[in-house]
Amino acid sequence: MDLLLLSNPLLSSLIVLSGLALLFGGILGFAGLRFRVEGDPLIEQVDTLLPQSQCGQCGYPGCRPYAEAVVNQGVSPGLCPGGGQSTTKSIANLLGMEIPQSGPDGIAAVRQVAYIDETDCYGCAACIRACPSDAIVGANKQLHTVLSTECTGCGLCIASCDKKACISMQPVPITAQNWHWQPPPPEATPITLLMPKAQGA
Amino acid sequence: MTRKLKSIAGGIHPPQHKLLSSETPISVLPFPNRLILPVSQHIGTPAHPIVGLGETVLANQVIAEADGGFSLPVHASTSGSVTNISSHPVPHASNLDALCITIEPDGEHRELEREGLLNFREQPKESLLAKIRDCGIAGMGGAGFPTELKLNPRGAVKIHTLIINGAECEPYITADDRLMRENAADIVTGAAILNYLLDDPENCLLAVEDNKPEAIAALRQAAQGTPVEIVELPTKYPSGGEKQLIEIICGEQLPLGKLPADLGILVQNITTTGAIYRAVTHGKPVFARVVTVSGGGVERPGNYKVLLGTPVDHLLKTIGYRPDDTARLVMGGPMMGFTISDTRVPIIKTSNCVLALTAEEAPAPKAANPCIRCGKCAQACPMQLLPQQLYWYARGHNHEQLQQHHLMDCIECGCCSYSCTSNIPLVHYFRSAKGELRAAEEERLLMERAKQRQQARTARQQALQAEREAKRNSRRKPSPAEHPAVPDTADQS
Repeated sequence: MDLLLLSNPLLSSLIVLSGLALLFGGILGFAGLRFRVEGDPLIEQVDTLLPQSQCGQCGYPGCRPYAEAVVNQGVSPGLCPGGGQSTTKSIANLLGMEIPQSGPDGIAAVRQVAYIDETDCYGCAACIRACPSDAIVGANKQLHTVLSTECTGCGLCIASCDKKACISMQPVPITAQNWHWQPPPPEATPITLLMPKAQGA
Repeated sequence: MTRKLKSIAGGIHPPQHKLLSSETPISVLPFPNRLILPVSQHIGTPAHPIVGLGETVLANQVIAEADGGFSLPVHASTSGSVTNISSHPVPHASNLDALCITIEPDGEHRELEREGLLNFREQPKESLLAKIRDCGIAGMGGAGFPTELKLNPRGAVKIHTLIINGAECEPYITADDRLMRENAADIVTGAAILNYLLDDPENCLLAVEDNKPEAIAALRQAAQGTPVEIVELPTKYPSGGEKQLIEIICGEQLPLGKLPADLGILVQNITTTGAIYRAVTHGKPVFARVVTVSGGGVERPGNYKVLLGTPVDHLLKTIGYRPDDTARLVMGGPMMGFTISDTRVPIIKTSNCVLALTAEEAPAPKAANPCIRCGKCAQACPMQLLPQQLYWYARGHNHEQLQQHHLMDCIECGCCSYSCTSNIPLVHYFRSAKGELRAAEEERLLMERAKQRQQARTARQQALQAEREAKRNSRRKPSPAEHPAVPDTADQS
């Protein structure tokens, strides 16, 4: 019987191959259960790049929903004003997307921080409750102020203000400390040098 | 006797133009009618003004005190009254304004008596360091790093080599050269003070480029019988850079992110060393410095002892400035200095040179041609970087590649731009790219802090919520039961 099976080339190869298929199928099935990844790892990675201020300015209810939208629906990575240019760039690099230029997609060209006009503040503490990164100090019926080095510029405080007059977003002033060189003006590279001149031009 | 020196990679030999200003003795500039003293003349937190408007101040009086550990005080350079405390143009590549204190001199130069420490070897080191700090000594070669912080032992490594930097490799500048010729004894005593502060390192070297034979002779004479050894360096730009000097003398390359002190080496500028001597033995703060004024746009180029805060326009006017002949006004050397557009900027601790260059000396930059990858820049780079490669990454703002190609190691010496056959302003690209990298890093840190603060806030809110819940439960519980409330809640929580 054994001899018969092995001597038949068709049967023997069938048995060996299906045996192998069963074995590898089993291994894959086991690995699929054993090393299961909860959720989409890509969403997780995008989520860690986001500032986690849950400010909702991207139009999604929080950082994670926005991360899901970017990964699953290909929404622009440039909608996070709190994260700024660097966050946009790192998300775009991670997902191989085009880096949106500043402007319409919500990235301000210069960093903005909240500023409280102290002559108008009457100490309602609404902005303090709204600030996701604890960058506003003060108490009820006391003057508030913004820790400008900690403000991410998410703008949640603006929306929360009762008076709508005492708090505003201001661009960070450029001083000798944070100034840096700008690139030289684009070179007037004479492209004609590299290409043959058009006839008669 | 002669020390074995290593030669650095790259470097250039630009025309020196030093004879324009090196052969006339240092002369003292007459008092200007106002002095503008920026509160930030060093690297670190700006000083905090402590004088009021209209207040009369004496020379050497503190007018702005250090704000925290990484800061230095500012002193009045002469006696007079404070007329203004406001924003004023300062000597900075950005041409921005910063907070300055304006003093109108009374012309009498009444000095505040300050005590020096005689016989410094018998004094505790702490009081010497305190003197250096209180006198507001910062690196006067250009960087402006607080000297006391540099001298304070931080790591476990003992300093084995002290290098006093008198290389002065930039063209035109001769301030250090003149100072070494005329004040060699002060510099040698300053070196001896540093020697004592650093527990007598094995090597105490005074490095001077061999294009200054008179300075070398004067120093040799002054250093007789002292542990100070004079080292002659072959003339090459930029051998006066800190990293280059260490490589030439010690044969070691300074790794990125390490300080010379980590290798047991300390480098001090020659002018700073002289200032240390005056601070320790006379208790005098830096109130004046020697500035080279040179170029084809001035009638009497030379070296001038200038009160700190003197506006550049006063300096230029006094020595015969011809604005029509001047194409470009530069502060610092022609290689690493910056163009100033406003002549109201003052001379500060770090200003060593003002150049009024004619159109011949500083021709307008020619239009850049495409990079042909000739590799001249890579041969000239003293840090052995690949400028031709960095150039493309800088143009493409490719931060990852810029970092991998060690952009942050660039010392901005300008050798690449100088040697570029296509007139590409390479160092300009690198300066801006370095700024971009720093800004990106800062933003990353801000985001990281924001994330931590957000997590801490959530944790705090949850704890508060839990506490409230517990309280509510405890209030509800005791009503139906006969049990006392307190132990019950304790169990609950």
